[in-house]
Amino acid sequence: MNDPSGEERIRLGHGGGGTLMRALIDAEFRHLYAEPSQILHDATVLSASEGALAFSVDSSVVQPLQFPGGDIGSLAVIGTANDLAMAGARPQHLSLAVILEEGLSLALLRQIVASIAQACERCGVSVETGDTKVVERGKGDGLFLSTSGLGVIATPEPIHPRCIEAGDVILLSGDLGRHGLAILASRHGLELQPPLCSDLQPLWPAVQALLDQGIRLHCLRDLTRGGLAMVLQELADAGSWRFEIKEAAVPISEAVANSCRILGLDPWHLACEGRFVAIVPAAQAAEALAVLEARGGRMIGVVAAGEQPGGGPGAGTVIVRTALNTTRRQHPPSGELLPRIC
Amino acid sequence: MSAAEIRRERPQGTATVMEVCGGQTHTILRWGLDQRLPAGMALIHGPGCPVCVTPLPVLEAAMALAQCPEVILCSYGDMLRVPLPVPADPQQRSIDLLSLRAAGADVRLITQPQQALQIALQEPQRQVVLLAVGFETTAPATALVAIQRRALQLRNLHLLVAHVRVVPAMARLLSSPESRLDALLAPGHVCSVIGLAEMEALAHTCERPVVGAGLSHSHPERALQLSGRMLERGDHGLRNAYREVVQEQGNPRARALLAEVLEPIDLAWRGLGLIEAGGLALKGAYVEADVRWGLDRGDTAAALAPLKRQGQALTRAPAKEEPEICRAAAVLQGHCLPSDCPAFGSSCRPEHPLGAPMVSEEGACAAWMQYRGGG
Repeated sequence: MNDPSGEERIRLGHGGGGTLMRALIDAEFRHLYAEPSQILHDATVLSASEGALAFSVDSSVVQPLQFPGGDIGSLAVIGTANDLAMAGARPQHLSLAVILEEGLSLALLRQIVASIAQACERCGVSVETGDTKVVERGKGDGLFLSTSGLGVIATPEPIHPRCIEAGDVILLSGDLGRHGLAILASRHGLELQPPLCSDLQPLWPAVQALLDQGIRLHCLRDLTRGGLAMVLQELADAGSWRFEIKEAAVPISEAVANSCRILGLDPWHLACEGRFVAIVPAAQAAEALAVLEARGGRMIGVVAAGEQPGGGPGAGTVIVRTALNTTRRQHPPSGELLPRIC
Repeated sequence: MSAAEIRRERPQGTATVMEVCGGQTHTILRWGLDQRLPAGMALIHGPGCPVCVTPLPVLEAAMALAQCPEVILCSYGDMLRVPLPVPADPQQRSIDLLSLRAAGADVRLITQPQQALQIALQEPQRQVVLLAVGFETTAPATALVAIQRRALQLRNLHLLVAHVRVVPAMARLLSSPESRLDALLAPGHVCSVIGLAEMEALAHTCERPVVGAGLSHSHPERALQLSGRMLERGDHGLRNAYREVVQEQGNPRARALLAEVLEPIDLAWRGLGLIEAGGLALKGAYVEADVRWGLDRGDTAAALAPLKRQGQALTRAPAKEEPEICRAAAVLQGHCLPSDCPAFGSSCRPEHPLGAPMVSEEGACAAWMQYRGGG
């Protein structure tokens, strides 16, 4: 596996299905599995649980592969687990497909697999099935991961955008922008002062805490690409709702605010990997807030009463009241976030 | 129209103020400052969006160069999404540098011009072209790269310079026959580089209030109130409402870099037409860094044809800069608001912009779209 510099690297043969591939899987991936003997079988057999399951799939293509506060491995595992949590499901089982690029440093792969193992432990999930492929140099970006997750629904009531009701309150679980800025800074070689770490973290503990308090969660949504602006617009569109948001209530750290000012970015557009919006009945606002406030969360707005859903998809509005008591309509970003010129 | 004529003509007690800087446009709309204007004041947006006013021949040349296999084209984020109308296309489609990248061109997003220099050092067999755009805020960094290029004898690094100067454009906006502007907010970050002397001379010549302002929400608001008071009293002249950053003399080191490397040229801004001394070009010994001098062979010579045709000074605006329906030129000159354009929010949206002001966050149309919504 050595190259002239002595660095061990992935070779095409590692995906060839022969003994080289077997050795790679045994050495690098076997320890991730809940039941390592499953590796020898074509499919994993799981016991059927009672009640409903949530099922979600995610592909991770992040560059750089390692960034402040995480890497592609922890991002894949935690991201998939968080998607399950947003459906009210306790994450349990994971599949893990890896697409390796010829030439990938084996030392780097080991670091990422170690991070996958750690993230699985944090999320309480185990890898049950997997796949390994190798593509030629130049045909992959070092490493792609694809993960699917299965979780058991932990609440009798559905958690879904269609369950949003007029008068509900909108809570945000923490501050904005850290993941997006950390990635952007490492991708473009920007030296942010102070440096920022991704907010990547499992969301299930916060969801469970809300459920333990008996909060009737109408809807949950994690803030990923597109940020808070995108999530609010999507949820408002789901029922042609009018969301009224208080800008001053949206937590943004000074470090994020300053970096955004310099780069010309909007913190509302930046991706998070450890934040979510919760929409709950107004009657339970105080209890829900107590749970989330302890984690840095705030109540940021309401679903305006008196407006009937049914205006068709895409008809929602997000109205932001600024700290100056003026209002604006907040729209999601259109595409790639690009730092401005001056 | 003179300041006195405008005052005579306008309805009693109304005044139009323009913020020149696109960053301020963004702040004003995001914070809803236009909902809290001093009584009798109307606000109109200006041309201070660097990518919006970059001349089309420069963009054409950049796109042609990007398609040459030996070229790595480097520029800033917003510039990569500026649309170039496809000539004679019945569907009025446009292309941008990102779509060329998707088709295989080597287009790199940079955040500072030094990165282009690094790429040229790392890839000596490739020809690296830096598309350098922006006002006096970004021009000193380009000048520094030109100096370093010369010191390192880095012959595979070329500059395609389209820097613009803000004061000549402000003079044009105030002195044009159609101008109805009573006062201007001057871009504070440009003032922090070039100092206040040129702005002061402009305010006196044009007999209008000009107020320097920054980008945070309190800055434009403070400047708007100050211009309101000046208009009430019938004052003109320059006021600095951004003293925490803007010094009388500007930034001496940045000014020295500009003076060493660049000189004013007449330039046809996209949307505004020819502006006397409205652009900057490499001068003296630094001319050899100009892509038009250094890349004069093979495919790249053909790629530079649009620039060559226009001549060194780029003084003639192409006949057609935007699709028929797009009113980008009128928006950039403050003749109308984005919402007055028939394409705004319908056929022109951030996902498929017709004009450059819908592209950049500093573009007035994009800011309106984001904070007021379209359609």
